[in-house]
Amino acid sequence: MKLQISTSLALYSVLEFAAKSEHQISAADIAAKYRVSPHHLAKVLRELVRAGFIESTRGVGGGYRFSGNAKRLTLMDVIELFEDIGDRKERNHQPGASTDVGRALGVVLAEIDEIAKATFRSITVGTMLKLIERRGPGPDERTRAASKRASRG
Amino acid sequence: MKQLTRLGADLRVRPAEAADLGQIIAIDFEITRKRKTDYWYELFHRYGSGRGRQRQFLVAEAGGEIQGFIIGEVRDWEFGSPPCGWVFGISVRPGARLAGVGSRLFESICAGFRHAGVDKVRTLIARDNSLVLSYFRSQGMMAAPVIPLEKDLD
Repeated sequence: MKLQISTSLALYSVLEFAAKSEHQISAADIAAKYRVSPHHLAKVLRELVRAGFIESTRGVGGGYRFSGNAKRLTLMDVIELFEDIGDRKERNHQPGASTDVGRALGVVLAEIDEIAKATFRSITVGTMLKLIERRGPGPDERTRAASKRASRG
Repeated sequence: MKQLTRLGADLRVRPAEAADLGQIIAIDFEITRKRKTDYWYELFHRYGSGRGRQRQFLVAEAGGEIQGFIIGEVRDWEFGSPPCGWVFGISVRPGARLAGVGSRLFESICAGFRHAGVDKVRTLIARDNSLVLSYFRSQGMMAAPVIPLEKDLD
């Protein structure tokens, strides 16, 4: 299962904003943390604002803030803004899709897509935040914390 | 919101009793729109009123009313898996949701499973039942290493 880059960026951003829902976070901070193009991220954030999942504030200290309901907003709500998991039309246009083998393979792939969609629909932003907390900091966070400690002292 | 907070404050989870069955059936009917009286009496006969550590039928009570219930049991070596707890029924009165009733029920049945000597809990949910799937996910449940399969018998 692989998500498009825009979709992953949208999920990272929504979860970052939701984790610090009291604060505004700049797009530059997100872009730096995930090492992505600020230009690409800006496009993704515009879409999230349009969907009402985050809001932007302008001026000094401006940035973005989570404006969704973490207990209700699911990963699927975010994903489907950017891509259609299991797009049948696209699959049907692939070479060999209308052969007997292609059609049988299509049944198996559709089954996998349905499981993926059900999983994304069942996980809310709130549940993801609990999962992130349970798993603790990743290697990137640990490295950042270590270099911060080193620069202090 | 005030009502929900108050509900959480005096919420009590205890084993189901025969006298609770009327409210349990009513809650189930409110949610499923199917009246299954015989089923519930049979289930209570098998799981109700503290039938040992293996089987649990618990209710959450607040304000003198049953707000929800949960049912499960420890199954040994089912599908080749070491003994583990299975939750196969949970319902919370629609008006009492988002007040921690489901979480308290789940915590209580898990405590019971731990007491029965198992360290894993499983359940099975229809793929399109997003509400209940989300609930179990919010309790920290993840996909199990099993895949349910079925076939139409023609």
